[in-house]
Parts: sequence; structure tokens; C-alpha cells
Amino acid sequence: MTRNPQLNANGELTHLLTLEGLPAAIVTHILDTAEPFVSIAEREVKKVPLLRGKAMFNLFFENSTRTRTTFEIAAKRLSADVINLNIGASSTTKGETLLDTVDNLCAMNADLFVVRHSQSGAPHLIAAHLTAKGRSHVHVVNAGDGRHAHPTQGLLDLYTIRHYKKDFRALTVAIVGDVLHSRVARSLIHGLTTMQVPRVRVIAPRTLLPTKVESLGVEVFNDMREGLSGCDVIVMLRLQNERMKGALLPSAGEYFKHYGLTGDKLALARPDAIVMHPGPMNRGVEIESPVADGARSVILPQVTFGIAVRMAVLSIVSAN
Amino acid sequence: MKLEIRNGRLIDPARALDRAASLFIDAEMIASVGEAPRDWRPDRVVDAAGCIVCPGLVDLAARLREPGFEYKATLESELAAAAAGGVTSLSCPPDTDPPLDEPGLVEMLKHRARQIGQARVYPVGALTVGLAGATLTEMGELAEAGCVAFSQADVPLHDTLMLLRALQYAGTFGHRVWLRPQDHHLAFGGVAHDGEVATRLGLPAIPVAAETIALAKIFGLVRETGVGVHLCRLSSAEGVAMVRGAKQEGLPITCDVGVHHLHLCDVDIGWFDAQANLMPPLRGTRDRDALRGAVIDGTIDAICSDHAPVDDDGKQVPFAEAEPGATGLELLLPLTLKWANELKVPLVDALARITMGPAAILGAAPASLAKGSAADVCVFDPAAAWTVCADALRSQGKNTPFLGLEVAGKVRATLLAGRVVHEA
Repeated sequence: MTRNPQLNANGELTHLLTLEGLPAAIVTHILDTAEPFVSIAEREVKKVPLLRGKAMFNLFFENSTRTRTTFEIAAKRLSADVINLNIGASSTTKGETLLDTVDNLCAMNADLFVVRHSQSGAPHLIAAHLTAKGRSHVHVVNAGDGRHAHPTQGLLDLYTIRHYKKDFRALTVAIVGDVLHSRVARSLIHGLTTMQVPRVRVIAPRTLLPTKVESLGVEVFNDMREGLSGCDVIVMLRLQNERMKGALLPSAGEYFKHYGLTGDKLALARPDAIVMHPGPMNRGVEIESPVADGARSVILPQVTFGIAVRMAVLSIVSAN
Repeated sequence: MKLEIRNGRLIDPARALDRAASLFIDAEMIASVGEAPRDWRPDRVVDAAGCIVCPGLVDLAARLREPGFEYKATLESELAAAAAGGVTSLSCPPDTDPPLDEPGLVEMLKHRARQIGQARVYPVGALTVGLAGATLTEMGELAEAGCVAFSQADVPLHDTLMLLRALQYAGTFGHRVWLRPQDHHLAFGGVAHDGEVATRLGLPAIPVAAETIALAKIFGLVRETGVGVHLCRLSSAEGVAMVRGAKQEGLPITCDVGVHHLHLCDVDIGWFDAQANLMPPLRGTRDRDALRGAVIDGTIDAICSDHAPVDDDGKQVPFAEAEPGATGLELLLPLTLKWANELKVPLVDALARITMGPAAILGAAPASLAKGSAADVCVFDPAAAWTVCADALRSQGKNTPFLGLEVAGKVRATLLAGRVVHEA
């Protein structure tokens, strides 16, 4: 396989495209860097000058509110200039290609692209294009590509798990739901295996699991009760509306019955298990409200940590 | 014009011949092999020292992009590529714009190809009007215009009853039908083999069952009608096993494989390399190995280039949005040699799969060096190495997963009906 395209010749992170193949030392460095950034948010002046004078383009080819906003906040707290582009509604609909858009923004002296795209591999394509054009000083951060990866989400999930559980190397983590279409699941699985979590489980009906998912290093459970037993961490995945009723699942009601997280199913996990969700949640579909809002839920802290982790990623890639 | 090819190693798979001998060509025909005809005074001598002299290659699948896609390639560019690749006969699928469903289009194509005169072109006509799967084409008229078979190219034919009727009608007039075995529903939206790589990269996948189910359907209809079918671009080990069984059963079927699939598999997608976006998708190593073996044992009759000139705009996009396909006319020979070399296949057997094998399926193309045959000849240096790069390719399509790879096997001369159409 070709060299990991997100590392430079010195093995430093210059783009963040995926957590797959990222050395554990780099993951740890990102999580460590994020820690002091969490406290910045609690200060009166929530800004540091690390990215002063840098132009960051939020290049969103697919709709997103939460991820785009958290990247924007992260960049602003680092004192970068942030330009938001909602490309879905502009140039590509006029026929401009993805790489034309990138070249145009480079001509506006972009330093950093945060890219969200509906196609797996789009950020890789942009990173390879920048290298081919001799623009290796421009960095790409993947904010979610197709079903492939959502590395900053994976990192904030790791941060959250480390915050509450301290040591990765004794944990059982269950990821529940639509793994087939989930970039969040893929990134988290790579992150957890990199950090040597010994037991990573996926729990879903067979229509929502990709072929040979166990090759990613996970154990597969079709029965949620069995899969949750003894877990330290439960990560619920969002079920897209269009998938609730049709060829993959008969109904939202049946899905909730078998794979929705309820208080009695949560009781099968370890008593100190935490509940996570990348958001936005479908209450009553994948998770019931008393659990989502309960004492074991760390869903809101995930959002807070997400900003710190994105600050860490932006500052690290910009420095390399 | 009298031409002599001297000092070469003559390989003629049609006669299982492999020996040092000169070839004597007169009036577009092979006049003699080995011994000079009486009073032989050649107008020209080609020195083939160190080279192999074999029949011109026959390629079952080369998209020439005319009519309709001239921005991707033209007959001029692609027939020059054919000559440079040693290919003297090729068939082109009907997936042009408009598709080859009217005799006038076929006549125009044949006429243009004859004018250019660098390779024989055997069009495959559309099985249904507009490839839309609703109305049969005028196969009789199309055959008179020059179509050698009928196919849907890569366009699915959903309606099994329609497929049955198309086979019956084609069979009425003795025409063969070429089909690419792929179930439309299982393949819908897919861009990669359903396996570990697609799972890891989050690419929409095509399961092997898309091929095996289509094969089962085709075999059922062949049993029903007795009409001969040529299967285009096999991709899986299970598919190979089914074709082997069907041949043992005695069904009138033949089969080809794209040369890329003898070398690459899904891991070659790497980090979303759109060059590896091919159709059918590159499958696993086990599938690749089965295909490599099936060409040796004859389950697969022919290796084709599956030539598809794709411009940069078609490849400089995210993987799943990329246009599938790769340039192949100039790589058919070196990649076949590479396969033969890696599997220790005798050259005479390897060359059979790109000369007499496909020629028998076309039913028309010359593919022998026997006295009296049309003098379509390829002279190549099997040891000469070259690097695949845009500048080295005549085809307007410069995109291939083999860019940057060094390959062995360089065509020194190509003769079409005794005329030198390429020299290097």
C-alpha cells in the first residue's frame, strides 16, 4: 500500500484524513494537546493566538450544522480567520469540479481546508492534489467523507473515553447501530484498536453491518443484550431517517425494540458504563430519553471535548 | 509489395508452431513460412532479430468512443494505439452515443476505420434499440452492415423475458450474443468488490453474487434456447467455477477476461486510487488467482484489453464518482506477457489467448501465419522494457492503474494485410 498520505516525510501529521494507520503516539499527542484547550473554554477570554493570520476554509459539500460550527469555534478560539462555504448550494451545482474549487480557494491563500463530502475519499483526493500542485503547506482536515471516516469525531470519542475511563487497555466498548453507513463507527473502531482497547464490539442487525466487518478487529453481535453485557462504554449510532423503513429495516419501532438503548438494556453493562452518541440523536429510535439525559450519559461533554480536540488537530497540522 | 521478416522467432498458436523462421509476405498474404518463394526479391526486409513474430493481436473489447464521445478519443487516436499495441483486429462495444443500433452508424464506423486503415474493426451491435432493453434491433440489417455479434455493452437488461426473446431472435439468424454477467440490482450503486477493502474505505460494494446470479440466469436461458453466448469480463473465482461447469455440461458458451483483472485486486485501490475504478470491480486475490488459472486451462478463451479511454476529468474526482475503465490497447501484449512469465505459461499458449482464442469468438478476424492467410502480423521484442506513462501511449486515454510500472514487451512492427502500420 502507498505511504500513509497524511504524514509528512518526518512522520508528522500534516493532514488528518483518517485514524486508520495513525501511530498511537500521534493519537496520544492530539489527546494530550486537547487537554489544556478544554480549560480555555472556561476562561473569560476564550482565545489563544496559535493560528493568528491563518485562513481556514470550512468546505462543506454536504450539510452539517454541528460539525461545521464546532470547527468554526475551534478555529476562532485559535485566532484563525474562518470562511464558511456551503458548496452544496454553490459552485459544484454550477458544474465546477471539486478540484477546481480547491484551486480557486488556494488562489485566495487558504492555509487549511476542513472538508465534509458525501463521497468516501474526497479529502484524500484533495490532499493528493495539493501535493501534486506543490502546495504541501496547505493542510486538509477530514470533517466526514461518505461512509469512510470522521477522524475528529473518533478522536473526541477517544478523548471522552480516556477522560472517564483513564486506561484504554482494559476496556470493553460496544458500538451499536448502523455501522454499514457510519463513518463515525469506522473512525472510532480504528482509534480504539490503535489505542489497544482489547474488546471492541459492534451490535446491529445484519442489514446494517458491512461485509467482513470483523476484519476491522471487532466482535460482531446481533443480539444487543448479549453484546452489552460487561461493557464499559456504549456508543450509540444515529439511524438516518431514510433507513428506518424500507429494505434495511422494517420500521423504527421494531428497530427500537431490538437495538434501542433503554434503561433495562443499559443495566446489562457494567454499573459504571458510560453512554455516548455522536449526535444528533433520534430519541425513541436508537435511545430513550431517560438514558440520553441520565447520569451515565456523557453526550454533552462529548460536544465540549469536541471543540478542544478540533483545536488540537488544527494547531498540530498547521505546525507541521 | 513483397516483404520479408527475417531472423525472428515465429510463434503461430493456430498451428502450435514455435521456431526460428523467416516470413514471406506478398500481395497482402503470407506467401511462405521458412522457405523463400521461388525468385524471391523482397521490396523490403524487416529485421526481427531478438523478436517474436506472431499473428496480429485480436482484442474483443476496445472502446473507440465514436460516435458521441470524441472529446475522450477518436478513431484516429485509438486505431493508432491499436497498431502501436500490435492489435490488428478489434471489436468495439455498442455503448457509443447514439448506440450502435442502426445500420448507418455501423457503416459509417466501418468506413472511417477502413479509411484510417490501421486495424480491422468489428463492431458489436446493440441488442436492443438505444440499449434500452425494450425493443429488439434490426439484427439482420446490422449484421449486413458489419456487426459480428450483439450485446447490451455494460447497460443492464432487467427484463428476463426480453433477454430470452433477444437470444431466440439472435439465434434465429445464427448471431451470437455477448453479455456481461452482472445482476443490476445487486450491483446498483456499487463501485468496489464487497470485501474487506470496501468495508474499510466505506465504498458502496458489489457482491460476487451479482456475477454468479447473472451467470445462472444466462446459463438457464442458453439451456432453454441453445443459442451461443459469449460472456464478457469475468471477475470472480465462483464465476470461473460456474463457467467451467457450464462448459463441461456442453453449453455453447465462450468467455473472456480483462487483462487488468489478471494482475490487480481490490487492495490496489490503496487510498481511493480512481485508476483502480474498473467495471467489473477488481475483486480479491483468490478471485485474481482463479482468473489467472482459468486462462491457462481454457475456461477463459480470451484475454481482452477492455480498453476505455477516460480523460483526466473522469478520474480526478472522488473514487465512486470516477468513470470506470482504463486505457488498454497498448498494454494488452505486455500485461499478457507478464501473466505468462509469472505463471510460466509457454509463449505459444499465452499468445493463443490474444490471437486465435478471440479470433474464434469473432469468427472473422485473421489469426494465423499459415501460407495464404491475410498478413496481419505483430513483431515484438519480449525483453524490451518500457515504463507506462502518458508520453509512451498513443491512445488519447492516458489513465491506467499501471502508470509508472515498468513492463516488458515492445511492439517493433505491426503489419495489417502486409502493410506496415506501426514501427518503433
